[in-house]
Amino acid sequence: MGRAARSSAPAGRARRTGAWALLARNHLAVAGLGVVTFVCLVALAAPLLPLADPNATAPADRLLRPGEGGHLLGTDALGRDLLSRLVWGARVSIAVGLSATLIAAAVGSLIGLVAGYAGGRVDNWLMRGIDMVMAFPYILLALAIVAVLGPGLLNALYAIAIVNVPFFARNIRGITLGLARREFVDAARLSGKSHPRILLTEVLPNVLPVIVITMSTTVGWMILETAGLSFLGLGAQPPQSDLGSMLGEGRRVLFTHPHVSVVPGLAILVLVMGINLLGDGIRDVLDPRLKSGALSRPVARTAVRRTAVPERQDHPGAVLELQGMETEFHVGGQVYRAVGGVDLHLAPGECVGLVGESGSGKSVTAMSVMGLVPTPPGRIAGGAAWLDGSDLFALSDEEIRQRRGRDVAHVFQDPLGTLHPLHTVGAQLVEAIRAHRPMPRTEAEAAACDLLALVRIPNPAERMQAFPHELSGGMRQRVCIAMGLANDPSVLIADEPTTALDVTVQAQVLALMDRLRRERDSAILFITHDFGVVSAICDRVAVMYAGRIVETGPTDEILAAPAHPYTDRLIACVPVLGAPDRRLEAISGRPPVVNALPPGCAFADRCPRARDECRVGDIALVEQGGGRAVRCLFPMEREVADG
Amino acid sequence: MGAYILKRLLAVIPVMFGLTLIVFLIMAMIPGDPATAILGSYATPENVERLNRQLGLDRSLPEQYLIWLGNLLQGDLGRSYSLNRPVLDEVTERFGATLILAGTSLVLCSILGLLAGVVSAVRQYGWTDKVVTFVVLIGISTPSFWLGLLLILLFAVQWRLFPASGMYAIYGGGDLPDLLHHLVLPAATLSVVATGVIARLTRTAMLEVLRQDYIRTARAKGLRESRVIWRHAFKAALVGVIPVIGIQAGFVMGGAVYIETVFQWPGIGSMLVTAISTRDLLLVQGGVLVVAAAYVLFNLCADVVQTLLDPRLR
Ligand code: SF4
Repeated sequence: MGRAARSSAPAGRARRTGAWALLARNHLAVAGLGVVTFVCLVALAAPLLPLADPNATAPADRLLRPGEGGHLLGTDALGRDLLSRLVWGARVSIAVGLSATLIAAAVGSLIGLVAGYAGGRVDNWLMRGIDMVMAFPYILLALAIVAVLGPGLLNALYAIAIVNVPFFARNIRGITLGLARREFVDAARLSGKSHPRILLTEVLPNVLPVIVITMSTTVGWMILETAGLSFLGLGAQPPQSDLGSMLGEGRRVLFTHPHVSVVPGLAILVLVMGINLLGDGIRDVLDPRLKSGALSRPVARTAVRRTAVPERQDHPGAVLELQGMETEFHVGGQVYRAVGGVDLHLAPGECVGLVGESGSGKSVTAMSVMGLVPTPPGRIAGGAAWLDGSDLFALSDEEIRQRRGRDVAHVFQDPLGTLHPLHTVGAQLVEAIRAHRPMPRTEAEAAACDLLALVRIPNPAERMQAFPHELSGGMRQRVCIAMGLANDPSVLIADEPTTALDVTVQAQVLALMDRLRRERDSAILFITHDFGVVSAICDRVAVMYAGRIVETGPTDEILAAPAHPYTDRLIACVPVLGAPDRRLEAISGRPPVVNALPPGCAFADRCPRARDECRVGDIALVEQGGGRAVRCLFPMEREVADG
Repeated sequence: MGAYILKRLLAVIPVMFGLTLIVFLIMAMIPGDPATAILGSYATPENVERLNRQLGLDRSLPEQYLIWLGNLLQGDLGRSYSLNRPVLDEVTERFGATLILAGTSLVLCSILGLLAGVVSAVRQYGWTDKVVTFVVLIGISTPSFWLGLLLILLFAVQWRLFPASGMYAIYGGGDLPDLLHHLVLPAATLSVVATGVIARLTRTAMLEVLRQDYIRTARAKGLRESRVIWRHAFKAALVGVIPVIGIQAGFVMGGAVYIETVFQWPGIGSMLVTAISTRDLLLVQGGVLVVAAAYVLFNLCADVVQTLLDPRLR
């Protein structure tokens, strides 16, 4: 997602919904909770329910099918009532599973807390030990323990608890390690609290959610595994029985009377599934990373939801024309208008700078053209983008794909994150070439090598074999530019391509881009927040604020005499080429959030020239002649050029 | 790369020693007289006496460990009293069967799990995703031993498609098709849980990767979506999933205990269950050690594969 989109989501808005309410909204988790509650209630109430004696044998009634002789679920090989045995067995299974979970949680959390809090050698030794235990296949270790202690339900419980200790120890240690270095723990230490007290009162409450998550995700396993041990005859011993041992007994009459084993197995499945559903729900609620659908995957192309297609206003000689383009983000019932109707056109060989603070919508504008804004949550809500006369928003996905990289190429800001870490630079270049020009691999490799030479990368043939992380930042950005140029695009969209680089490299990359566009006659849309960079390369500038263009015109003129107060401030912020971006804080205040724009001028709150008139109605972009236009009621006076 | 593999190999050595130490310590926990426990209550006093000497039980614990380890390194895992043959012979014989079963299941669950995870992520919130998610949930909640019984009922008893038990047919079997025929049901049963776990993690990993900037780059280059998914997203997701597959190897080899019992597969798992009920502890010890060592080696392989895929780890 572009930086603009991220920063336009207000930080404080997150509604503090209670954990229960969140859980209640997850239908599956509620279903799981229902199942678990029901099973637990029935199991608890077993002595009160009108059930037959689970251990009363009746040789005459042996192996009745469900429903026969007044036995709802039939009887087993000794004539015992299956329903009654099921309820009593579930009671044992749940009790054993829960006890194992509690023991594992207590022991494991203690180890994790101590290791993470103490750090150093204690941590090292404890975790070594845990790793050793984890080096065993899970169930095998439990078997070895049962082998030594002897079969029996209690021994099975211990065995299962022990093998689950590492999961808790690891998870809790990880969190504690981070907490132990935090200020509130330091403060407690300075106030003279003892270590055990700090662990108990300061650290434990903070790791509790992790303990709960780990419990809710392991209790299902533990019930399954204890049932498994009983099934093998190593857990519950007759006359005691749990769901697992019922299943084991049923297996003996499997072929003739399958219901005896099908029923307890089904009970285990339902119980464990309920627990797992509930556990997933609890994890989603307590684990903040998974909240608010943060893991939604962007589809291949931004969704287009236009109500109308605008009539084309032709700019003769332009290769790309944006007309009233609107892009929105729909997040949690809110609509963020990141781009609120942008008009822009580019001629071949021309470099246009799109300038603004982060959050101004400039990146989203750039990404919208070829449908690279992530959907969800982004969508194109209006306007058009004409490339050589065809409306990009009306094309099919396949047509867009064919134009991406061939007609319109992109260079992004952070070259480490934008290059694939697992493919060599050469392979990524070859891929870019062959995506649009099918040719033999060797031929494409030669072409890729030429491209690397073109962007002045020394030893291109050797660098082809390099992985992105093996190159310097400047080299990586050159690779990205080379990749952008792979198919001689008519438009190159460069989104802050030099921001991540240091000053000298920045100048080199700018010079390179300037030379290439002159040699190849490609148009460049150059997105930046830095007027210093603009002055180095752009013919024209468009300044964006709160999703709209507020001023546009030739670079020299705007630099010499900005008309919009915002432009004026942006220019005032730039003493040197390539300065770090915190310079922008020189403008007091922040850009408005684009889900609730004030009426009138969006800049009014920060504008020194603002008057009451500025806060009503829509303010139009007014032509000032000479290719200049400004969206301001009281533009700055133009100084008279005195030759 | 070679240096890295060597380093990893060397790191395995202390882990292996740790395994022997844990197994030794567990065996030292035996309540009562270990020799009697190992030999069973019907052992003759002479046998108990001999074993006590052989195990050096009159010495201190560290000494005992060293003697035991020395024997182990010479391939002497002791003698199974219930089978009256060296433990090593029995274990190696059984291990082959377990390897066939667990290996097949692991291949099966890796392919199915990865595929299901990718499809599920690509169709996030669609019908395919919902169905896959639900099936996966059932899969990881099902007791595998019960599932085995169900499959026997359906496929062996009802439809007579596959044999219900054993590794080869008693008459006229013994060739590869016969083995495969016997392998279908147990391998399928054994792979269900691991498939679910791998599918879940693959889905999460894919969703994470698909939001990365380099995926946007791949799309900006105009690559076909299938190429973006498989060559770019899947490869990156795989790097994160491989260690999980390594861990699943442990669950599969452990789960083999149930499946081998249900399908009477002549592997280490069924051997262990019998050995525990007959209290043949040396056999248990040998079986656990061999499977644990195999698990460590398998995780080493997973590590190496991960490093081969991800140049940043080298
Ligand atoms: S319209 Fe008014 S508030 Fe807006 S920039 Fe111009 S003077 Fe400032």
